Amino acid sequence: MEKVGDYDELVNLKATELRLGLPGTEETVSCGKSNKRALPDDDTEKEIESTGKTETASPPKAQIVGWPPVRSYRRNSIQTKKNESEGQGNYVKVSMDGAPYLRKIDLTVYKKYPELMKSLENMFKFSVGEYFEREGYKGSDFVPTYEDKDGDWMLVGDVPWEMFVSSCKRLRIMKGSEVKGLGCGV
Amino acid sequence: MTQDRSEMSEDDDDQRSPPLDLRSAAIAEPCSSSSSSSSLVVVADSTPNKSRNCISSSSSGTLTSQPFPDHVLENVLENVLQFLDSRCDRNAASLVCKSWWRVEASTRSEVFIGNCYALSPARLTQRFKRVSSLVLKGKPRFADFNLMPPDWGANFAPWVSTMAKSYPWLEKVDLKRMFVTDDDLALLAESFPGFKELILVCCEGFGTSGIAIVANKCRKLKVLDLIESEVTDDEVDWISCFPEDVTCLESLAFDCVEAPINFKALEGLVARSPFLKKLRLNRFVSLVELHRLLLGAPQLTSLGTGSFSHDEEPQSEQEPDYAAAFRACKSVVCLSGFRELMPEYLPAIYPVCANLTSLNFSYANISPDMFKPIIQNCHKLQVFWALDSICDEGLQAVAETCKELRELRIFPFDPREDSEGPVSEVGLQAISEGCRKLESILYFCQRMTNAAVIAMSENCTELTVFRLCIMGRHRPDHVTGKPMDEGFGAIVKNCKKLTRLAVSGLLTDQAFRYMGEYGKLVRTLSVAFAGDSDMALRHVLEGCPRLQKLEIRDSPFGDAALRSGMHRYYNMRFVWMSACSLSRGCCKDIASEMPNLVVEVIGSDDDDENRDYVETLYMWNNGCMF
Repeated sequence: MEKVGDYDELVNLKATELRLGLPGTEETVSCGKSNKRALPDDDTEKEIESTGKTETASPPKAQIVGWPPVRSYRRNSIQTKKNESEGQGNYVKVSMDGAPYLRKIDLTVYKKYPELMKSLENMFKFSVGEYFEREGYKGSDFVPTYEDKDGDWMLVGDVPWEMFVSSCKRLRIMKGSEVKGLGCGV
Repeated sequence: MTQDRSEMSEDDDDQRSPPLDLRSAAIAEPCSSSSSSSSLVVVADSTPNKSRNCISSSSSGTLTSQPFPDHVLENVLENVLQFLDSRCDRNAASLVCKSWWRVEASTRSEVFIGNCYALSPARLTQRFKRVSSLVLKGKPRFADFNLMPPDWGANFAPWVSTMAKSYPWLEKVDLKRMFVTDDDLALLAESFPGFKELILVCCEGFGTSGIAIVANKCRKLKVLDLIESEVTDDEVDWISCFPEDVTCLESLAFDCVEAPINFKALEGLVARSPFLKKLRLNRFVSLVELHRLLLGAPQLTSLGTGSFSHDEEPQSEQEPDYAAAFRACKSVVCLSGFRELMPEYLPAIYPVCANLTSLNFSYANISPDMFKPIIQNCHKLQVFWALDSICDEGLQAVAETCKELRELRIFPFDPREDSEGPVSEVGLQAISEGCRKLESILYFCQRMTNAAVIAMSENCTELTVFRLCIMGRHRPDHVTGKPMDEGFGAIVKNCKKLTRLAVSGLLTDQAFRYMGEYGKLVRTLSVAFAGDSDMALRHVLEGCPRLQKLEIRDSPFGDAALRSGMHRYYNMRFVWMSACSLSRGCCKDIASEMPNLVVEVIGSDDDDENRDYVETLYMWNNGCMF
């Protein structure tokens, strides 16, 4: 059990690397499943052959697994710093009732609520129903909530997006009976 | 000082021990039949009558007119062997004869196992009866770079459960790259009442709940060092789990624990730990909190400063006098941390700079301007780790001031192949000219020249460890456009004490020819994206008699090269080759021809076209403890 959690954490560490693509999409460079270095295209192979060209290549090379040889522990410590210094990346934990382990997502990747919802739905394989200002989420057993800076649990969607991103500390997708208190229909 | 260095050195090994020619002796256990007179003759010749007289009076057995010769000799041996500390010496002594094997085994209290799969826990406890300290290493180093499946193994569980029954007096466990669970830690805490030291380096599989159990149950705990390990946040207040009375703690390192801690409890713990000398905080301890801790613990010699920043806006009223807190720490010689450094507060450490022998800035993105005023005070510095954000300019400042420097590590702030490289041959050259006592260097850069590497080989003759990582694969000397052969060649040729080498950049077979010709003391070699042909690997396997650990990735070495080293593998700790040109057939041949070798093939393709291709080969010697 610990192992599964740790494997997931390892995969998530990969997810925090700077790369194009939303979280939750298929990894092109995999670790763990197989040790094949997955080079997305052959062009990069050819770049390797001609030694003089390395510095003039304009598209950045696909990242090779484990190269340069910096431990992931160190990479991630510095990565957080880079994100913060570049004003990027606001990673929050996402838990879902009943799921064995948590995930992490970068809120700054999204521009508005529907994008976030879609990503969460994909990640945890559920549907969130429709949001209503008065009644909250209807049509599903699942309700997305978040913990804000004051430590209170709020319904996702009530405040403007920017305010949400700056005050959200962690997300929790609630399920079932607890959900009734938030005024979800049924 | 040595203590602090070994704390920081990630891959430090006992450099003193020359390799043993173990052959079959170590692998075949001596039979347990009663010793014959032949063993007696061997030893008796060298033992004069004098000692026999001594022994018969001190022997604890019944005094008969003719004590059994074995018992006499074994008593002598026991008394003598207890003074042998070095494991190399002990290994040698154990090979003399059965009697010596037995006595050595019964007196060895510190056991070092370089590869946890080379020996089973059962064999360990069968051979050694009085172990109080175990050092155990698991996964090979390339596992750190995601080149191994995460569930590969190196589990601590079988070790702890076996030792729980056989070594109730166990005091120390030091693990590196092992998979340790909370259950393992719980068993450890319950089974060893006198347990004193737990050191976990680059381990994973456990969380704060496991740590809490150790903190709570190991009442004699002196050392709890969690170093670069992955510790899951179980949301347990483990700091509060230490017992209420005065503790025996001498060293507490938790800088890698990515979880908030109860500061009040920590403060209380430090206050009731009068022997605490080493404290390494994680990034959830702010500057203000650090200040309070320092005022209460002026006896510290080694400090990891935590975040070195604030969360909220600093209170506009009295900001604590951080420099005063550091001034009070007259004994601090080793400084690290700075996990979320706010550079404007860095001057607070000025008071301790002049005393520092070890400084780790490798998590701090410091510019040259912020860095230079600090380093200019650090005249006694021997160990220095930093990010390349200090630039060549910062390295020049190091070279000007740190004349006692022994170990330098420069890590990349942006660890990608095509990033900007703030350090280059300029910094390396400066260091080589200013720090002539340098023994160990790890240097990440984007561009390098042979000239600078040659200069280092000529200026720093004390080098034992040279690890240069030019981050762009196959990158040549950026001034001449030539391969880096001459540079690395000069290193193996001129640095006569070199035991560890890691190469990079564009390298042809010539570089390996140099290694084979001159690298006579090299024990550890790391190769990546280098060489042209099998000849390269052959040069090394045929020319480096002391080679113990060989790790190669993405290089064009095939079956012929692998076969050429058959005569060597029994005498090596391990060989790792990934993404080379090996075939399954060859690996099978080697496995069948060398029964003592464990040949593991990892992660090869299942689909038919590539079935013969070996993605990763990891092989090691079975039955040798090294």
